[in-house]
Amino acid sequence: MNSIGEDCNELKKQYDACFNSWFSGSFLKGTTDDSACAPIFKIYQECVKRAMREQKIELREIETDYTTGGEYDNNNSSSSSSTGSNKS
Amino acid sequence: MVITASTCRTETVFDYSWGHVVAAYWNRYPNPSSTHVLTEDTIQREVRDGKLYSRRLLSKTNPVPKWGARFYNNAPVKIVEDSVLDPVKRTFTTFTRNLGMKKIMKVDEIVVYTEQKDGSTLAVRRAYISSQVFGFSRAIRAFGIERFKSNSNKASNGFNYVLRRMFPQHQLNT
Repeated sequence: MNSIGEDCNELKKQYDACFNSWFSGSFLKGTTDDSACAPIFKIYQECVKRAMREQKIELREIETDYTTGGEYDNNNSSSSSSTGSNKS
Repeated sequence: MVITASTCRTETVFDYSWGHVVAAYWNRYPNPSSTHVLTEDTIQREVRDGKLYSRRLLSKTNPVPKWGARFYNNAPVKIVEDSVLDPVKRTFTTFTRNLGMKKIMKVDEIVVYTEQKDGSTLAVRRAYISSQVFGFSRAIRAFGIERFKSNSNKASNGFNYVLRRMFPQHQLNT
């Protein structure tokens, strides 16, 4: 799969390969040390961040903290319904 | 102001172990059912408290019905996908939302992948769709729900395609 930055494709490929092998070979087997792919991730990140700046993708809009939709956790309705949510 | 949100829920069972499903997850694209996905990047990733946190940025084509053209341009939409993977509890939760154009249509989608007793993997997908376009909110939400349903099917077809290719010998007996 392509990167958002055309010139990041090669770095992304290398990082993805490193990550996949770490993920299945180490992480899922109980190793939480993630330093193996850190060097390639750093270079790839610099490339992607540059591409995002060039394409004016507003990262300010993305919160710094990971979010997993906790605001919806009490809502299990299964069909169309009004929730009156005022979060935008 | 009260924003009305529509919600939608689908369930999919993958006939593969949880470990295979999460390994394939990072390799879902490209696949024949996801030609609308253009790019995919990991923009943050860390292990914290034994869990893997990832943030990815995806861009997708944005086909809209003719009546929607007045609200949208056809530039690719950017999607942010946060996920938390707990290798001990064997749960994987993804949360995706669109960047920008949120007043027109905001789509938040949560998928939780868990291991089932028979060894297969259950994916529960929920979507919350809202729109603030006066007078068109209902139509836009209805369109969003239809697209969510057809995209859910596409997503599981595409995922199964990748699983079959990555783990051809590991499909569970059904």
